[in-house]
Parts: sequence; C-alpha cells; structure tokens
Amino acid sequence: MLRGGLIGAAAVTVFGILLLFGDNYALRLGTTVAMYVTLATAWNIIGGFAGYPSFATAAFFGLGAYTSGIALSNGIPLSVAWAGAGLIVALFAVMLGLCILHLRGHYFAIGSLVAADVLREITNVWVSVTGGGIGLNLPLPGGDAETQAKLFLCVMSGLAGAACCAAWTLTRSRLGVALRCIAQNEDAAQVIGIDTGRSKIAALALSSLFVGIAGAIYASWTIYIDPSDVYDVSLSVKPIIMTLLGGVGTVTGPIVGAFAFLGLEELIWRNSLEFHSGFLGLLVVALVLFLPAGLGQLRVGSIWTRIRTVLPPEARP
Amino acid sequence: MLWLQVLVNGLALGGLYACIAAGFSLVWGVLNIINILHGSLIVLGGYLAFFAHLQLGISPFLFAPIAGMLLFLPGFAIQRVIISPVMARPVLMTLVLTFGLTLFLDNLMLVAFTADYRKINLQPPLGVLEFGDVVLPLDRLYATGIGLVSVGALWLVLRSTQLGRAIVAVRMDRDAASLMGINVRLTHAIAFGLGTAMAGVAGALLAAIFPISSLSSSGYLGKAFVICVLGGLGSVPGVVLGGFALGVIESYGALAVGPENALTMSFLLLIALLALRPTGLLGRKGFT
Repeated sequence: MLRGGLIGAAAVTVFGILLLFGDNYALRLGTTVAMYVTLATAWNIIGGFAGYPSFATAAFFGLGAYTSGIALSNGIPLSVAWAGAGLIVALFAVMLGLCILHLRGHYFAIGSLVAADVLREITNVWVSVTGGGIGLNLPLPGGDAETQAKLFLCVMSGLAGAACCAAWTLTRSRLGVALRCIAQNEDAAQVIGIDTGRSKIAALALSSLFVGIAGAIYASWTIYIDPSDVYDVSLSVKPIIMTLLGGVGTVTGPIVGAFAFLGLEELIWRNSLEFHSGFLGLLVVALVLFLPAGLGQLRVGSIWTRIRTVLPPEARP
Repeated sequence: MLWLQVLVNGLALGGLYACIAAGFSLVWGVLNIINILHGSLIVLGGYLAFFAHLQLGISPFLFAPIAGMLLFLPGFAIQRVIISPVMARPVLMTLVLTFGLTLFLDNLMLVAFTADYRKINLQPPLGVLEFGDVVLPLDRLYATGIGLVSVGALWLVLRSTQLGRAIVAVRMDRDAASLMGINVRLTHAIAFGLGTAMAGVAGALLAAIFPISSLSSSGYLGKAFVICVLGGLGSVPGVVLGGFALGVIESYGALAVGPENALTMSFLLLIALLALRPTGLLGRKGFT
C-alpha cells in the first residue's frame, strides 16, 4: 500500500514536470511509458492474476488502432472513436475467450498468439476498408505540435492511471480473488464454486479494453498505422517482459517494469539500431535465467555483501 | 481436372510439411515446451543449404541430412545450457525464453544475410512429371519424398533403438523413466537436438523449392503449430497426417478463397480446431 502510494506520487510528479517543462522528446518518452504501463498492467490482469499466458495483446492493440482509425476517417469524433474502439475490442476478446479460454498452458498461448496473425492478414487483404499493406493515414487532430503532444501525454497517462486503478480495485474484489484461485489451481477453484469460465472471460475482456483504447490513442498519436506495425508480435511480448521485470501478479510490478523496460530500450536503441531486437532477445534470456521473479529479487544489500566478500580485507570500508 | 491438379499440389507439399513439424512436435511432446525457436532454425537450415549450393555446389537434396547433422549439436547445447534450468518453471517462462532466443537468432541472420529473399537455382532445372493434364514439378516431389524419408527415419529411431525407447519413456512418464535408470536430462537434450536437426533438414528442403528470408521464420512456426494441432501432439503418424492435411487444405483453400487468404484460412482453422477438438484429429489426450 505504501509502495503503491509512493509510486503513484512519483508518477504524478513526473507527469507534472513533463507537462510544464518537457521538450518534444521528453513528451514522446512520457507518452510511451504511459502506454507501456497500460499494456503491462492490462496483460497482468489475464497473465498475472489469472495465470493465463496470453499473447493476444498485439491483436487487441492492432484491432483498437484500426477500429478507431477507420472510424476517424469516416468523421466520427475523437473521444467516441476511442471509446468505441475499446468496446469493440472487448467484444472481440469475449468471442476469442469463448473459443480458446477453455484451453490451458501451451494451447491457450498458441491460440492467443495466432489471433494477431489472423487479424493482420485480414487487415492486409481487406484493402477497400483498411488500406491494406500501404497502411492508413489518420486525420490530424487540431492544434499545433506541442499542444498535440501534451494532449496525447495527458490522455495516455489518464488511461494508464485508469488501468492501474482497475488492477488495484480488482485485487480487492471478488473477481480478483476468483482469478487468483484460478491461477493457483483451476480445478480446485471450480470445486469451491467459482464460475471459472465467466471469471476468465471477464479478465480477458477487461484486459483487452485497456489495450484496445491504448491502440486507438496510439493510432491518433502517430497519425499513420500499418498492419505490420500495430499487429507486431513484439507488442505481445514486451508487456510480458515488463511484467516479468517488475514482478508478475502485483499491482506495482508492471508499473516499475514498464519504466525499467523503457530505460533499457532507450539505452539499447541509442547504441545499436541494427541489432536492437537481438539485444532485446538476450535481455529476455538473461531475465528468465537469472531474475525470474523480477527486479525485486535484486537486493542492494546482497550485492553489497557479495562485493565485500570479493574485496581484499584492507580495501573493505 | 483442376481439382486433381490442386490435390496433387497439396500432396506434393505434405511430406515437406510433415518434416517442418516433426521436430517441433517431438520437442513439445517430450520436453513439454513450445520451441518458438523452431521457425528460425528452419530458416537457418535453409541458409546453410543456400550457401552450400552457392559456394560448394552441393545439391540441397543431398545437403539436407548434412544440415540436420550440423544443427544437432547447437540444439543439444542450447537445451543443456539455456533451456534445462527453466524446464520445471511455468509455461510462460519457457515460452518467453525461446522467444528471446528467436529474437536473437533472427536478428543475427538479418544482419548476416540481409532480408533479401534468396532461392536456390538448380542447374539444370529438374523439370516436371506429366500425367495427362496433371503436372508435378520434380523438385517438389524430391523435397516431399526426402522429407517423408527423414520423418520415417525419426520414427524408426523412436521405435526401435534404445535411445528412441528412452525418449518415448521420458515422454510418457518422466519420473518413472528416471526410476528405470534413464538419464532424463541427457534424453531431453538429445530429443531437443533431434528436433533442431529435423528443422535443419526441413529448411534445406524448403530452400530448394521456395525463396527463403530471415523474415519468414514466424510463418514456418505457424505452420508447425497448425500441423501439430491438426494431427495431434507428439506422435509421428499424427505429424504426417497433419502435414498432408494442411497441404491439401491450403491448396484447396487457395483455390476457393484466393491465395492471399490461404494463411488466414489455415489460422482460422487452427482456432476452430482448438475450440472444438484441441487433442487433434487422431484424438489422443495431450499434455496440458
């Protein structure tokens, strides 16, 4: 609780500073981290709380982006398009859930992974509506560049805040308890009277709602979307890595992980444009092998002890 | 006679498809992990065959078994060093781990070989077989034949060697196999090595008939998934059935809804199968 409060206060401070003093780069970074917090927190609802290894994040993200993009091209107002995209994605998630949430383990993972491929191919082929592989240009929202950047920072941060509040509320609700039971032992959960099917679908739908809106906002933010960008499988994997970094199944974990991941990504991106996804891969392997419980496993004290034992006695402070 | 030609096209891919999925299915069945790296290993096998043909003039059909042997040891080592420590962890961990390895290998190949599509030009071309109106390209026939022979060899190894029986025993019951004196860790590593070897064979055969690129690994992985789910997990006959089924379904699908929709159709088929019959057409209870 204290930890959550501290992180919340820090996030609000960062947000305020960015809004008042941030240049274009800082604003972009802030919006990106807000998007990452949203995606990681949303994935954590199905992947962390319920323990279902979902790779459908890219599917929800891309569907949200395209739904809102097509709506905006047809003159529907911005807020309606974003909210509508979220609802349509949630509806899609319910249908997908009915198909694959009765599967467990690898089978569920594959089913969810394939969802993004199906949507990408449909988007590619359905040229008359989606523009196909050429992509879709979105109408510009009004205002100058800086006003726009600040608008998107505010909206994305608001969405991230909403996702975190939803996750926090979930941990204290009946549904949250049901999901934790499912993660620990689904058969036992069923035996004690939890409607596991409905709980899982609710979790997937809630998770997809935030991802879908994030995709919709992303589309307006970048003005241009194409299928290989918004249905990219890395969008499914990055939120998982962030959550692993911060700690799976906690409210604060995905937030911490998203910030840490963005930091690492910026470091890697700047130093190696050509090999960045290779470095990302190495990072993932190292993370799974050495820090499976996240950064929380790193204790400053234990590192210090280790350094002390290595140093010669006279050099010890 | 169009339908007959389409059937022949589909069947001519079946053996190759079986070969693509055999190693993937073996690893999934025995180690109970999904090897997302499989698609990248297929592409790597394809590049090896491409350069063997370009530099040394070795025919990809002859090179296929060599590609398999070349990839066995890296697979063995990857399992021993990287995958073995996380074997007992939840599904998510092994998935994310092999995904990380794929990102790394794909990026490495992208830097080394660029994203250009490359195809082996066989000199002289092999030509075609003609039966009345029906045409069968010989290179496809060879690829599918060698693919089937490799899958058959894998089946024989699993059936009638001591090593194969050990692998099957570990697949059935890890603890009981361990009590019978089988070295489970070693068996896992060998099974994984066999899986990557099959990926190498499949890649070399693919490079003989299709253009390869470092960007196409996820497509092959998707096919391997579909075939495994179609035929049922972890059985060699299931893979052969699934391979031929996918080949025929794809080629009729391309005829019915257009080739640009063929991939979507096979993925939709996968989701439908997962929803209705996740244990595959041969209907055996799989691992969760």
